[in-house]
Amino acid sequence: MAEQAGQQAERPLPMFPEPDTEPFWAATAEHRLAYQVCLACGQVVFHPRRHCTGCLGGELEWRDSAGLGTVYTYSVIRQNGQPFFRARVPYVVGLIEVDEGFRMLAEIVVDPDLVHVDQRVTVTWEDHSGLSIPLFVPTV
Amino acid sequence: MTAAAAIAGIHEFEKRTAGGLSPLQIKAECAARALADAGLTWSDVDAVYDASEAGRMQGLTIAEYFGVTPRVLDTTAVGGSSYEFHAAHAARDIAAGKAKVALLTYGSAAHSQSRAIGTGARPASEPQPSSNMERPYGLTLIGSYAMVARRHMAQYGTTPEQLAEIAVTTRRHAMRNPQAVTGLADIGIRNVRELTIDDVLGSRLIADPLHLLECCIVSDGGGAVVIVSREVAAGIRTRPVWILGTGEALGYPASGADLTTTAAVRSGREAFGEAGVRPEEIDIAMIYDSFTITVLAILEDLGFAKKGEGGPFAAGGRLAFDQPGGPALNTDGGGLSSNHPGMRGIFLLIEAARQLRGESTAQVPGARLAVAHGNGGQLGTRHAAGTIVLGRD
Repeated sequence: MAEQAGQQAERPLPMFPEPDTEPFWAATAEHRLAYQVCLACGQVVFHPRRHCTGCLGGELEWRDSAGLGTVYTYSVIRQNGQPFFRARVPYVVGLIEVDEGFRMLAEIVVDPDLVHVDQRVTVTWEDHSGLSIPLFVPTV
Repeated sequence: MTAAAAIAGIHEFEKRTAGGLSPLQIKAECAARALADAGLTWSDVDAVYDASEAGRMQGLTIAEYFGVTPRVLDTTAVGGSSYEFHAAHAARDIAAGKAKVALLTYGSAAHSQSRAIGTGARPASEPQPSSNMERPYGLTLIGSYAMVARRHMAQYGTTPEQLAEIAVTTRRHAMRNPQAVTGLADIGIRNVRELTIDDVLGSRLIADPLHLLECCIVSDGGGAVVIVSREVAAGIRTRPVWILGTGEALGYPASGADLTTTAAVRSGREAFGEAGVRPEEIDIAMIYDSFTITVLAILEDLGFAKKGEGGPFAAGGRLAFDQPGGPALNTDGGGLSSNHPGMRGIFLLIEAARQLRGESTAQVPGARLAVAHGNGGQLGTRHAAGTIVLGRD
């Protein structure tokens, strides 16, 4: 079934209301990569949530990451039936060890032949209405 | 042996295409055949275990559909490992005196419904914190396993050839299984034959470093397992296959965690410990082979090989049913080459029981001990691990 001319599939976005991750996505509109740290026990909490996973009493503080990290692992996706990603293959998805001590899934915008484990990467932003999607590119 | 519960009846739906049957009809057919296998009937069933794969909240309706009156109902649903969790819970419920005849069933028409399990568009569901952080990135199910494989290669030097060995071995086993051979043709696989490592590595990449032939098939199918108390086992038609030890564990993404180590490291330790059995004593390893990397990582985590040494361990065809050293891996042909309707866990129990009864199409002579390890969800992210150690008298 041909898609209508001029109609491009859009990247799937987070869905709201979802109170745990809403502050994270609100920060992305200002190109801030936010994460949480427990003021009581120091635990870095990611994905975002209301409670500390390290202790019972902790208050979580939002901080901004510098957006630098290392590729822990990745895959070059060559088949995906979802319309946006079907048009995008091959693309690279990886787990990024962000320097502030959390690991996040993200797309790495890179030539699939040049990506490698332990590569240094830097956040970049893809703007949408009301939020931006953090992506990573190799650090130059 | 002091085990409280035994597998008394088994049945695997013979075809890999449903032929118009619904998942519920497949479940009922398999249940009836498994009960008959044991020499029992519907009215003997007093415990039902169901993963709701045939519809939402099947706990409310499945007993009515079968026509049974259970005292115990368990609807644990953790993907493909649900059936190992069910077997563990059935053994526990029987040991506690709450049940005597437990019925586990599975049915799926994934192939007929053209479900692209590994690479399909994910249906939008209720927003969840975890999915909100992941859905913008297009990580497919296969991609998640591929990330584990990539990390395993980077961390330990595991090679594509070593991973491919697993697909070669399971296809070799499948070629001995007439239902698998017919089934592969029925779901549209042309030129069904044994594979070489070059065949596997020459198939197209789906999500680097995983190739098409490192991915399980998508079939229809189903099965049933009847688990009974020691007292009931004394009167059954078949040779009882005792549940010697069980273990359950969950894994999920965590900052700093080693992605190459799965929850099997915990479920396995618990199951082997309870059974009083060491991995090197195991004759048959039924390990959920959604992908080659699933088997490699879990072989290590269950203690068959040291962490990082699964590649050399699998090399040279060692996991084939007729090779010394063992264990024999997925002797029915596995999810890679025999049967994968989406949640394969029940077939791990069924083939392990066949081996311990001496009824496999790739029979290991004198097989005494088997392990069935189910993996549900996705390695590389949140997943469930169920380990069952089985033995015969």
